[in-house]
Formats: sequence, structure tokens, C-alpha cells
Amino acid sequence: MTAREEILGRVRQALGREPGQTPAPAPEARIRVSSIGLDARLDLFQTRLEALGGKVHRAVTLIEARDQVARLIGDSAAVASNAGLLRRAGITALPGVGSGFLEEPALREACTTASFGVTSADYGLAEMGSLVTFASSEARLISLLPPAHIAVLAKATLLTGLDELYERHPLPAEGSSSMVLITGPSRSADIEMILVRGVHGPGVVHVIVVEEDI
Amino acid sequence: MWIKPAQEQGIRKTVADRKVQLAVYSATARLKEKRAEAVSPDVFPEYEELRSQANRIKQHALENLDHYLEQFEKNVESHGGRVIWAREGAEVADFILGLANERGVSLLVKSKSMTTEEIHLNERLEHHQLEAVETDLGEYIVQLAHERPYHIVAPAVHKTRQDIADILERRLHVPREEEPEKQAMIARRTLREKFLAAGIGISGANFLVADSGAVVLVENEGNVRLCTTAPRVHVAVAGLEKILPRAQDLAVFLKLLARSGTGQLLTVYTSFLSGPRRRGEVDGPEEFYVVLLDAGRTRLLADKEKRQSLFCIRCGACLNACPVYRKIGGHNYPGAYSGPIGAIITPQYQGLARDPWLPYASSLCGACAEVCPVKIDIPRILLELRKQITESRTGGLERMAFRLYGWLMRRPKLYALAGRMAGKLARIPGLAKLGPGAAWASQREIPLPAGRSFRDEWRERKKS
Repeated sequence: MTAREEILGRVRQALGREPGQTPAPAPEARIRVSSIGLDARLDLFQTRLEALGGKVHRAVTLIEARDQVARLIGDSAAVASNAGLLRRAGITALPGVGSGFLEEPALREACTTASFGVTSADYGLAEMGSLVTFASSEARLISLLPPAHIAVLAKATLLTGLDELYERHPLPAEGSSSMVLITGPSRSADIEMILVRGVHGPGVVHVIVVEEDI
Repeated sequence: MWIKPAQEQGIRKTVADRKVQLAVYSATARLKEKRAEAVSPDVFPEYEELRSQANRIKQHALENLDHYLEQFEKNVESHGGRVIWAREGAEVADFILGLANERGVSLLVKSKSMTTEEIHLNERLEHHQLEAVETDLGEYIVQLAHERPYHIVAPAVHKTRQDIADILERRLHVPREEEPEKQAMIARRTLREKFLAAGIGISGANFLVADSGAVVLVENEGNVRLCTTAPRVHVAVAGLEKILPRAQDLAVFLKLLARSGTGQLLTVYTSFLSGPRRRGEVDGPEEFYVVLLDAGRTRLLADKEKRQSLFCIRCGACLNACPVYRKIGGHNYPGAYSGPIGAIITPQYQGLARDPWLPYASSLCGACAEVCPVKIDIPRILLELRKQITESRTGGLERMAFRLYGWLMRRPKLYALAGRMAGKLARIPGLAKLGPGAAWASQREIPLPAGRSFRDEWRERKKS
């Protein structure tokens, strides 16, 4: 007997169930979407993220967002993702910004030397100050390897919280191999409960919220 | 044997160690306080409702576990991943060894996983000359010190910065550094190289989502994301009880886990991983495996009363709340899991005979049940386990004493005589401190029976 058959057999025996027996419907998960207005969501998002040591910048237009990115990265090297939003804003064309990586080795190489990783985000979650990124739209290493992360987020994609996210995406695996929630800079309190930022992931997180419809 | 002399010695040593006492006491106090703030009704009014719901969802998932395991497997496979079934810990190691061998991998990176601690995976891999590096900062420190984690969410909670300075200096041959921030940066630099060179990344799983075939991992440092992204192969090792039916259930569990564990609204990173990189994705692992471990869990599943032990989401809140854990620390609990949750799951996974004292390592104050986000009735399970242990261990002498007592109770005259005699005997100085009651009496005053028995008193009253 294979381990699979043996374990499933033990489980069924323990529960008194037959193979193929369907369960009663699962108890409902509490999904309660409160609807606070978009402006309030942005304010809350900013409060929460900044309480964690992140920084929120507001830009009216994509051009303004690009200029803010340029100011933040200065003369440093940066890697930008292939997100359409960054291209449209002209961020991928900024001097010092490497972009357009389609193969992992080259992307990895660029990310290990860059000071900034620039990405978009699929959503922001106001209640926690979180960014939501799906692997289908964002490479994972750009928001992970460089010491600082800059995310450009359309204001209209700000959701209230987890409930709204899972209501919109009841099956997050359908279009993407990963969905990552990023809530502030990397941190650890493993040494004497003292807060240290940037332990493995970026210790600096900037979010530029673009207010115009994009 | 009840408690091994070495175990008792270990406890005495910890209790006498003022440095460790202070470190553990203050860290757990801080975590306790942060949790209490995060779940207080004014900031989190839905807390109690979510607890009940989490409890119901876990109960449902376990009652239909075979169904959800099969659904999980089907969905993992539909996204190009594979599920491996392991009856015992050794089978997990065998699988990973085989994989490393086939792929020519000698360096593996690991993110924190209590399950792999439970099955001693690192030792098994090292035995075969593989290097398996822990990457969570606290876990890395205890690995360098050749110790095991002290706390479910804070593995190095018992170490001071000076201890850590010693460890880093000795093991990594770096200049001595006592600032936590600089110590963390030493770890960051050293581990960054490992992440980029490792061929396999091993993670645990906080949740397995049946309707998505996904592994969910929460963390604050980014080491889990690196372990599951940078190496070409990702292997998640999980107890089969980690199943949730739907991704939507995470809206309940993620809120409870972070608040209960560290008082955060959400951990810094929450990864929902459902297989190898897909077409059009630039990075992510090319191979994705989930190892489902039994190792005693199905035996526990069969016990309706104690099945709820498997609801645990490893937040660590019960450790911080427990007066016994805070005093005796994490290393005196045998097995990977410490604190109240360890006192109930370790004996159930490994069998009651090995460390029968464990369910007694509790004052039954109930603080653990009060803070448990999934409402496991830990004190009740402790009592159940004590009952089982007592039933299996009660010796001949105790049984004979009760038999004698029963015999006496059925003979009123003899019983009255025995009562009078006991009253007199108990008054002989020092006698009560002999025999089986000696240990008990060494710290306490023996209550004396009344000079006259109730029967005597009653008889006299009736006369007058």
C-alpha cells in the first residue's frame, strides 16, 4: 500500500467516512465588506503604513509619480518591473533604471546590485497599509532583493481590507502562482525584542499613490 | 519513570538562571501586552465572532479531512506541483534527500517550520552531508548555537545580545558586535549568499488551502519569500491538519494569527503560493512540492474529544500566557513544541508513555484557553490526558487502599472504630510525616481530624 492510500485510509477510519463521501457545506467565512470612501481609504492606508515605518507619497498624475521616483532613487541603480503602469509613467525609461527583464538570471543579477526595486501593486489594503502583488503582474524578486522598495499604486485600487480582497479574488491561484501581501518594511524583533528593519527584505518601503484615473 | 532526573535538573537550572528568567519573562510580557491591545473590543470588535468562526471552520475541515486533502492534492497537481505523503518524519527526509541527490543539490535554505523541528529534519539532512541553513534570524541564531527554538514565534527569546555576539563571533568568525541592528545585518549578509546559492528552499506552511492547492506562509523578515522564490525548487513540509477548505477562510485566520502572535494587524509578508512559476512569470521556483505529514496526527484525529488539539495555528499566545512556560522556559519541554500546546500535542504525537509528566506541567489556571484564537480547550485536554495516564499507571498499593476503604465503608461499626482510631493516631506527633504522605506533609500542616467524631456528637445531642 502506498503512503497516500495508507494515510487517507487512516483518516477515513478515524472519521468513519467512506471514500468519495462529500462533506456538508463548510461554515461561512466571515466576509464583511465595509464601504468607507476612497479618500478615507487613502488616509487610512497612509496612517497604517507610516506607523510601520513606510512612507506614502501622493501624486496627481503619472508624470508626477515618475518625478517622485526619480527624486527617490537619485543617482542610485534601480530595477523596475515590466508592469504597464511603470512603462506608461515613463519610469522604466528613467536613467539608472534597469527594466524589461524576461529571464530570471538577468533579473536576479540586476536585483542583487540595485539599491531600489520599483514595482506596481495590484491593490492596496487600507486597514493594514498592505500592498497586494500577483506574480502574473510582478516579478517577485524586485520587491524583495534590493534594500529599498518603491511601489506605484493607483488610488482607485485601494480596497478596505482582507475581506474585500478575498471577495474579489475567492480563488487567488487561478491566474497566478503567487499572491504576496506586503505590509511595511521587512522587520525582526528576534534579538531582545528590539525592532530591526530590513533583515532580509527591503528595510525601506515607499508607496506612490497616483490619484488620477489610470 | 515519571520525570527523568536530567529533565528535572534542567527545570531547576532554568528556574535558578536569573538572566534567562528575565529575558523570557519580559519578552512574553511584551507579547502578551501587544496581543491584548490588538484584540481589545474597541479596536477589534469582531474578535470573539472570528474566534468562534475559526473554531467551526477548523472543526469542519478536520471532520472532512480526507475530502479536503484529496481536493488539495488535485489542485496542487493542476498547477504543476506535486504532493508527497509521509507516514513518518523519516519519509520526509528520504524524499528531500532523494530530490537533492537527483538535482545535485548540497545546500538548502530553510524558513522557520515547527513541523521540520518535530521530525528533526536538519539532523537527518546533515547526517547525509547536506547543508540545511535556517534563515529566520532567531532560528539562525539557535542553529548556530546548536540549540532548538525556545518559543514558537520567538526562537531566540532566551538569548541576550551578548550571548548572540558570542555566537556570531565564534561561529562566523566576524568581529564582535553587540548592537542588535548590526548583528541582524551580519546575518543578512551571510544568509543572502546562501539564498542565492541554494538549490532547494524548504518552508513549513501556516495553512494549506484546499480549493486553491495553495500553501500560505506568514512572516516579518522576508526570509520565507526568499526561500520560496530564489532556489529552483520549493518544498513545503506541513502536518496534514493544516488544511483550510477555502481561500476565503484566510480572511478569518490571518487576522487572528497576527494579532494573537505578535499583536500586529498583519505580518509584513503573507505569501499565497500555488505552484511553480507559470508561463509569463519571470521568477519563482521551477518545481513545487508539498509534503503532507501524518506522524501521529491521524491517531489523534480518531479521538473526538481531543481532536481539537489539531486546530492549533501556532501563534504562541498560550506560551506567553502560561505561568509554567514563563518559569521553566521552552527547552524543558521535550519535543519541538513548548508551553501549553506542547503539553497536549507532544504526548499525543509521541504516545503517553514517554513523558507522562507533561500534562501535569500546568496549574490548570485556564489562561491558555482564554487567549487561544481558535478556542482549543487546553485545560480540559490536559485533564483528559491526566485521566488516561492515571488509569494506565495506578499502582497496586493505591488500588488496594481504595479497595480497603470500600470494604470499610460497607461496615458501619468497623468504620466508626477506624475513624476514632485515626483521630487518635493523627495526634501522635510526627507520625503523619512518615509513610506515603511524607512528601506532601513536608511543606504543609496536616489538618487534624476533630477530637470527637460527628457520630459521637450526634449521639450525645440526642441524649440531652
